[in-house]
Amino acid sequence: MGAPQARWLFAWWPLARWFVAQWFVAQWFVAPAHHADTSFRVLPMPDCLRRNRDLVHRADELAADRRRWGGYTRGVTVSTTSSTTDNPVADPVVDPAASSVAGSASSAVANARDVLGVSRLTNRALTGWLHGLPGVDQVGCEGRASALGTRSVKTTSKAWAIDLAIGMIDLTTLEGADTVGKVRSLCAKAVVPDPLDPSTPRPAAICVYGDMVATAKEALGDSGVRVAAVATAFPSGRASLSVKLADTRDAVRAGADEIDMVIDRGAFLSGEYLTVFSQIADVKAECGEAHLKVILETGELVTYDNVRRAAHLAMLAGGDFIKTSTGKVAPAATLPVTLVMLEAVRDWRELTGVQVGVKPAGGIRTTKDAIKYLVMVSEVAGENWLSPDWFRFGASGLLNDLLLQRQKLVTGAYSGSDYVTID
Amino acid sequence: MSRLDVRKTYKLYIGGAFPRSESGRSYEVVSASGEFLANASMGSRKDVRDAVVAARSALRGWSGATAYNRGQVLYRVGEVLEGRRSQFVDEVAAAEGLSARAATAHVEAAIDRLVWYAGWTDKVAQVLGNLNPVAGPFFNVSIPEPTGVVGVLAPQGSSLLGLVSVVAPVIATGNTAVVLTSGDRPLPAVTLGEVFATSDLPGGVVNIITARTAEVAPWLASHRDVNAIDLTGAAGVDGLVWGELEAAAADNLKRVLRPAIAGNVAVEPDWSADPGLGRLRAFLETKTVWHPKGI
Amino acid sequence: MPTFEYAPAPESRAVVTIEKSYGLFIDGAFTRPKALFDTINPADERLLAQVTQAGPRDVDKAVAAARRAFDGKWGALTGAERGKYLFRIARILQERAREFAVLETLDNGKPIKETRDVDIPIAAAHFFYHAGWADKLEHAGLTPAGGPTPRPHGVVAQVIPWNFPLLMLSWKIAPALATGNTVVLKPAETTPLSALLFAQVCQQAGLPAGVVNIITGDGRTGQALVEHPDVDKIAFTGSTEVGKAIARSIAGTAKKATLELGGKAANIVFDDAPIDQAIEGIVNGIFFNQGQVCCAGSRLLVQENVHDQVVARLKRRLETLRVGDPLDKNSDLGAINSRAQLDRINRLVDAGVDEGAQRWSPECTLPATGFWFPPTLLTGVAQTHRVATEEIFGPVLSVLTFRTPAEAVAKANNTPYGLSAGVWTEKGSRILWMADHLKAGVVWANTFNRFDPTSPFGGYKESGYGREGGRHGLEAYVTTSPRSASPTTGATR
Repeated sequence: MGAPQARWLFAWWPLARWFVAQWFVAQWFVAPAHHADTSFRVLPMPDCLRRNRDLVHRADELAADRRRWGGYTRGVTVSTTSSTTDNPVADPVVDPAASSVAGSASSAVANARDVLGVSRLTNRALTGWLHGLPGVDQVGCEGRASALGTRSVKTTSKAWAIDLAIGMIDLTTLEGADTVGKVRSLCAKAVVPDPLDPSTPRPAAICVYGDMVATAKEALGDSGVRVAAVATAFPSGRASLSVKLADTRDAVRAGADEIDMVIDRGAFLSGEYLTVFSQIADVKAECGEAHLKVILETGELVTYDNVRRAAHLAMLAGGDFIKTSTGKVAPAATLPVTLVMLEAVRDWRELTGVQVGVKPAGGIRTTKDAIKYLVMVSEVAGENWLSPDWFRFGASGLLNDLLLQRQKLVTGAYSGSDYVTID
Repeated sequence: MSRLDVRKTYKLYIGGAFPRSESGRSYEVVSASGEFLANASMGSRKDVRDAVVAARSALRGWSGATAYNRGQVLYRVGEVLEGRRSQFVDEVAAAEGLSARAATAHVEAAIDRLVWYAGWTDKVAQVLGNLNPVAGPFFNVSIPEPTGVVGVLAPQGSSLLGLVSVVAPVIATGNTAVVLTSGDRPLPAVTLGEVFATSDLPGGVVNIITARTAEVAPWLASHRDVNAIDLTGAAGVDGLVWGELEAAAADNLKRVLRPAIAGNVAVEPDWSADPGLGRLRAFLETKTVWHPKGI
Repeated sequence: MPTFEYAPAPESRAVVTIEKSYGLFIDGAFTRPKALFDTINPADERLLAQVTQAGPRDVDKAVAAARRAFDGKWGALTGAERGKYLFRIARILQERAREFAVLETLDNGKPIKETRDVDIPIAAAHFFYHAGWADKLEHAGLTPAGGPTPRPHGVVAQVIPWNFPLLMLSWKIAPALATGNTVVLKPAETTPLSALLFAQVCQQAGLPAGVVNIITGDGRTGQALVEHPDVDKIAFTGSTEVGKAIARSIAGTAKKATLELGGKAANIVFDDAPIDQAIEGIVNGIFFNQGQVCCAGSRLLVQENVHDQVVARLKRRLETLRVGDPLDKNSDLGAINSRAQLDRINRLVDAGVDEGAQRWSPECTLPATGFWFPPTLLTGVAQTHRVATEEIFGPVLSVLTFRTPAEAVAKANNTPYGLSAGVWTEKGSRILWMADHLKAGVVWANTFNRFDPTSPFGGYKESGYGREGGRHGLEAYVTTSPRSASPTTGATR
C-alpha cells in the first residue's frame, strides 16, 4: 500500500508549484472573494493527476469526458455570503493553515480543490460535486449484484478463492466484553488458522478496539498479521473532534497499522459535507504511517445515492480504504452496497489515478458469500483489487467456514465444526 | 313570385379547407327517388394522398390534446349539429328516402351518439388501461394510445348516423381520420364537414372525401402512411372485395376493422344498436411502461 | 496481478433424455416418426435428434383433433376445471424445470443461466397466471357488466420462433387454453425439442386428447397450418415478412390473427442517467439471448455530450462478458441459433462497416465448431445505415447520438417497427414525456428486457398487432360480440 503514497509525493511537487502560480493569478485578475458577490472558477485538472497511465484503464478515452459525468469537476459558484447560506455552524471554507494538523489535512484540501475545480473548498462546492455524481437506481443495482452472485465457482477456482479470502480477513472482535485473554486467543487463531494444515494462509489483520492494540501487537509478533484499531468514538462517532483525534492518536501510538474510523453520519445526513471531509482529513493526518479505513456505516445512510456520495467524500478526504459498516448497525455489508463502493473506487482511480481499497464488514459468514464478493471485486473493480492490499472482509465467523470448505477441497469429504478451532 | 334558390356547392373537406377534387371531376348525386340533388366532387387517389398528409400533420396536436379537450370538441360538434338539424333532416331524408320523422330520428340519434363518444374521451384510458402487478419492484402501467391515421370507409347506407358512428370513435381516442363517404349518399357528409369546420375541431383531424368507393378505397388501403383502416363501408359496394383491401392493408400491417358479416356476406351494421367499445378498441394501441421502484 | 479464472462449471446433460427421433403430438399421442429432419446443437453442430416434417395431411389431422376436442370434452368443461389443468401444467414445468432448461440450452444455444433463470420460470409463471383467468373471464373487462360472456374462437393455430422456444409456447398456449380454445402449435424448425417435451407434460397433466397438438416442420408446415380452413385464429411470433404473408393469407376470411413481429428498439441514454445501471441495461438489452430478441435494444441512442464516456464504460463492461459453452453456468453469451442466422449477422455487420461504422469486439476466443459471434459494438452509425434500420437479431449494438429529447424521440420513432424502447434518465418528468412520445408497445424506463405474465407485450406499426400477457392478452383469444344474427360491429382482425 506504500506505492500510491509514494506516487502522491511525487505528484504533489509540480502540483504545489502550479497552485502557487494559480493563486497569484487569481489574486491579480479575479476580484478578491471578500469583495465580489461571486467568483466563479473552474480549474483544469493538472496533468500530474493523470500521470499514472499504467494504472488507468483507457485514461485517454475517459479523460476527455470525466468532467461531464456526475460533474466531477463541475464548475461551482463560490459565494462570499456562504457563511449565511452554507453550513451555519462550520466555517464555510477550510483554511489549511488553521487545520489542526497542517501537513496532510491541508494537502487533502488542496487535492480536493483541484478535483472539484474550485478555488476554495466550501460546503457548497462539495454539495455541488457530490450531488452531481450519477444516481444509482436501486433495482438495477441490486439486480446486478444478484446476477453476479450466480457465478459458479468450482474446484481449482474455489480453492484459489478460499485462500485469497482467508488472506483478506480482518479478524474482528469488537465487544464491550473483550479482554486481554480474548484478544490473545483471537491473535493465536490468526497466526495458526488451521493447526491441521500449516499451508493455510493467515488473515490480513486483527481488528480490535484501541485499548487492545498493544495486546494484539504483542501477541502477533512478527507473524505479518497487521493490527487494525477502530477509532473516532466507534461505532457511533458521537464525540468531539478532539476526542476522535485523541482516540486515533492513542491507537497509532500503541502500534496500530491501520485505523478504522467512522464518519459523522449525522453531519453527512444533514448536508454538512465539509464537516465530514475535515474530520476524515484530520484523522488521516493523525494516522501518520497507519492506513486509514473510513467506515461509511451504509446501514444508516440508507440510499445507494448516499453511499456513492459518502464513498467519494471519503476518498476525496484521503481515505486509503472505504468500509461499509461498523457491524453494530443492521444492515451491515451487503452485495449491492459493496457494488456501489467498488464502482466508486474504480471511478476514482480513473479520475485521479489513485487506488483506494474496499472493506465490506459485518454479516459475511459463509464461503459462498465471500466468493460472491470476490467475483464482484474481479468483475466490477477489476483484478487490481484482488489482493489483501485492496480488499478486506471485516468478519469473525467467516474464517472458520472458509476453513471447513478448504478442508473439504483437500480431503474430498465434508468437514465439521469439531475440526476447526474456536478462538 | 317565387325566389330562385341559392344552391350549395358540395366540395371535399381536407386539412380544414373545402377544396374541389384535385382531379377536377364531379358526379351527379341524386336522391333516393332519383331527383338531382347536387354535383359532388369526385375524389381521386391524389385527394386521398393529400388527406393523409393533412391527417398525419394533425395527429400530433390532436393525439396530444387532453382527453378533456377532445371531449369538449366532440360535444361542441354535437351542439353545432343540433343547431343545424333541420338541414340534416332534409339531406338525410333526401339521400335515404326517409320520411321527415324517420330522418329526424336518425339525426337525433347521430347527435346523441356524438355526445356519447364525447363522454368517452376521458374514460377510455381508465376502462381499458391497467396497472399490472408484475412480480418485481416495478411500476408497470398499460395505457391505450391512438393508433394514428385511420382510413374510414363510411357506410354506404346510413349517410349521417352511420357516418357519425364510425368517425366519432376514431377521433374520440385521438386518432385522425381520412373518411371516404358513402358513394351514392355523400351530401350529409359534406355538410358534417362544415359542422366540423365550425366546431373547434382542428383542421386535418377529419378529412372527408366524396368519391366512388371502389375506385379510391384501394389507394387508402395500400397507403403506407395510414395506420389502420375501417372497412365498414366496403359492404354493399359493387366491384369492391373487402378481402382485397385487407390484403393490401397487410403491406404495412394496418390494423383492420372488418365489415360486419351476416351469412358470409358483408353487411351494414344496425346503427341503432348499442355500439359498445368495439370501435374504440379497434383503433387503440396498448403501450406498457415499466419503471423500477426504489429509493 | 492475480486473475480470477472460473473453472468450467457445466450443467449436467444427464437430467434430460433425448429420443433418437420424434413423431408429432396429435390427439394426445405421438405419431410414428417419419420424413425426418435433424435438429442440432448450435454450440457444437452435433445431432441432438431427428423430428418429423409434418405434411398437409398431418396438419389436417392435428386441426381435426383440435376441433373434436373443442366441440367435445374441452368445450364442455367449466372455466374452473380448465384452470386446474393449467395449474397442473405450471407445477409440472416447475418440477421439471432443470430438464427443460438443459434441453432448451442444447437445442437453442442460449446460456443455461438464461434458460434456468428466465425462460423456464417465466414460462411456468405464464401458466400460473392464465390458469387463474379461466373461470374469471367475465371479470376481465372485455364485455360490459351483464353483457355476453367472452367465448373462445375455437381452434387456434400457433407458430412460434426459435429464440425463446418454451417461453413463446407458454405465451401462446396458456392464454389460448385459459379462454377455452384448443391449439395446434408449430415450434420453430431449429428448436422443436422443448415443445415435444411439453407434449409429455400435457400427457402427465392428463390434458384431454386434442386440446394441445404439437406438429414439427419447416415453413411449409407453418403455412399449411395458418392457411388451414378450419383454423379460427392464428397467433404468430416471428419475422415481419412472414407476418405480412399471414395477414395477406387471412384477408377476407373470418380468421383472427395476432402477430408479434420484428423490432429495432432504441435504448436512449441521457447525460443524467444512472450510469452504472444504464450500462447494465444496455448490455442486457442487446446481449441477452445473443441479441436474438425481437425487442432487443439494438440501437443505442446516446446524448452526444456523454457518447465517449458511455462507449468507454460499455467497452470495459463488455470485456467481462463470457462467451462460450452454453451449458457452462458462467457463460453470459452462448451460440447463435443457426448457420443461417450467423450468416445474416455477418452480412449485416459487414454492410455496416462498409457504410462507415467502426466495429469493436472485446478479445474473446470463440469455439472452433458451432455458430458463434462475439459481442460487437458498431460506433459512428447514422440513422441511414442498414445496421440502424434492419433487424440484425444478433449480439450487435449500433451506437448513434442525439442532442435533445425531441431529437431522441424522432430518431427512436424513425422506423417502421414499434415494439419496444428504453429510456435512461434520473429526471422523472422527462421519463414520462419520453414514454408519451415513443411509438412502442413496451417502454422500459431505467430498466430493459423485463417480462411478466401480467404485463401486456406487443408492438405498434410493423411490429405487429395484438398484445400477449395481462388482461389485454386475453382479448385476442375471445370473441365478445353477442351470438345474435344482426352484427353491430365488424371484427377486428
